[in-house]
Amino acid sequence: MAELNAGDQIAGLQVTPDKYLPHRYAGASGDFNPIHIDPEFAKAVGLPNTILHGLYMMGLVARASAEAAGGDPRSLKRLSVEFRGMGAPETEVAVTGTIKAVEDGVATIEVVAAQGESVTIKNAEAEVAL
Amino acid sequence: MTIKTEAIGKEWPATTYEVGKEKIGEYARVIGIENPVHFDREAAKAAGYRDVVAPPMFCVVYGAPALGPAMFDSEVGMNFAAMVHGGQQFEWGEPACSGDVITTAAKCLEIFEKEGKDGKPNNGFYVFETVSVNQDGQEVARGTWTNIVRGV
Repeated sequence: MAELNAGDQIAGLQVTPDKYLPHRYAGASGDFNPIHIDPEFAKAVGLPNTILHGLYMMGLVARASAEAAGGDPRSLKRLSVEFRGMGAPETEVAVTGTIKAVEDGVATIEVVAAQGESVTIKNAEAEVAL
Repeated sequence: MTIKTEAIGKEWPATTYEVGKEKIGEYARVIGIENPVHFDREAAKAAGYRDVVAPPMFCVVYGAPALGPAMFDSEVGMNFAAMVHGGQQFEWGEPACSGDVITTAAKCLEIFEKEGKDGKPNNGFYVFETVSVNQDGQEVARGTWTNIVRGV
């Protein structure tokens, strides 16, 4: 059982998705929206280049939240996120979080995903069972 | 332009997805999850799962196909050129394991306009819900998907 207290920082994670990560995520998830895998298409619709799938970054937030509770996938009960800035491949994604409350065996964690100064997921809230 | 709201409450036909062990492993590897309960049947059973268990966010794999027809429905009428995925929530119940047959139904919860900031045009909010249940009728995941269309 993980020992979590309000105010604690979670370990979080740092991942640098390689150039082809969006292709593998597309295959794994079934989301082949070309803005994630085709640089020409992405630029034609006004993006600087291909962008990471928001739900991939939410997957990283879910992973960091479950790991904070000891890593059992059953521990994650709820996760809500807001997508903000676009995520870029080949740039480190840092997931950080703070325990907001621990009540009745459930910890509420506030989580953020960012690439440097660019926040890609904000106001994320995870509920994990301890 | 005023946003169309007649699709509020509309439901779309459910989709069915059979969860496979290798698909779970493929998803877990992409996210970088190393817990053996996602790859190894014996490890999963030792941890109290019926079979290799999916990471929670695998719900997008079995849940998203139900959402496609809702997103593209002309009665909803979203302008895809100006659409972004604004927010997402999932709540999880019974874990999804290899061999499960999961049925997902999609519904439009809300469509509304919010005034744009600093004199910008209004934004349209389109909120959908997916409810996924397994072969025993247990709810495995409930998703709330919020899409925002800039300048409705």
